[in-house]
Amino acid sequence: MTGIYFWVLAAVTVMASLGVVLQRNPMYSVLLLIVSFGGLSGLYITLNAPVVAAIQIIIYAGAIMVLFLFVVMLLNVPTEDPPHGYHARLLGGAGPRWFGAVLAVVLMGELVFALSHLASTPLPSGTGNPTSIAQIGVRLYRDYAFAFEVTSVLILLSMVGAVILARKES
Amino acid sequence: MLTEPTLNHYLLLSAVLFSIGTVGVFLRRNLITILLSVEVMLNAVNLTFVAVDRYLNTVDGQIIVFFVMTVAAAEAAVGLAIVIALFRHKETLNPDAFTNLKW
Repeated sequence: MTGIYFWVLAAVTVMASLGVVLQRNPMYSVLLLIVSFGGLSGLYITLNAPVVAAIQIIIYAGAIMVLFLFVVMLLNVPTEDPPHGYHARLLGGAGPRWFGAVLAVVLMGELVFALSHLASTPLPSGTGNPTSIAQIGVRLYRDYAFAFEVTSVLILLSMVGAVILARKES
Repeated sequence: MLTEPTLNHYLLLSAVLFSIGTVGVFLRRNLITILLSVEVMLNAVNLTFVAVDRYLNTVDGQIIVFFVMTVAAAEAAVGLAIVIALFRHKETLNPDAFTNLKW
């Protein structure tokens, strides 16, 4: 039964992610990434992790993507510039760029090769109970309390940094 | 008929997503799309964490996913602030335009 869900959600996620990368208009890229997050959220539910699925939608699709959308709309750069000029030829020409893409495809080939030669490891079936938010909360606030507190410092720093970086110089 | 997904299926899907993100980082010529590709890569890693978590029947992977999300949010905030500052400076988002630090 999980099989159908997995394949449909995996197809949606991969298609949407490909769209993010291939789309010329950043606005469509952002919207397709939200679709991809929806697919991933469904996959988390098939993995018995409904809390992560909810957080994925609320934080990622709700907060981070809105931030991206704001910036895309604020800057109003509809499409990518075509390559032009000296620098485009010297640094951003077809050579290095495609070399990087080929390396990425080689990386995928290697990963797929390695993983498909692993012994198939079925997920433990019938354990049934999805992770409850209570389990996560206890673990997070007891065993990972220090990391949690440090995270708040990180958020504060990034907030201050973003304000300072984006400020207009007077 | 469609087979039941095993751990390998999730890991393969994660590898494919990560590679798509890598291709995006290399191929795109727009700073915002590059940041979006990095988000795709982060999500591929999150999927691995949750899948292995399910396989081992623990909760730790899901907690690490929360931390990854927090770091992704911080990265997006600072990254977009830098993008705005750069755009104000040069009126373009093409990373090839910012070569002042290159020798």
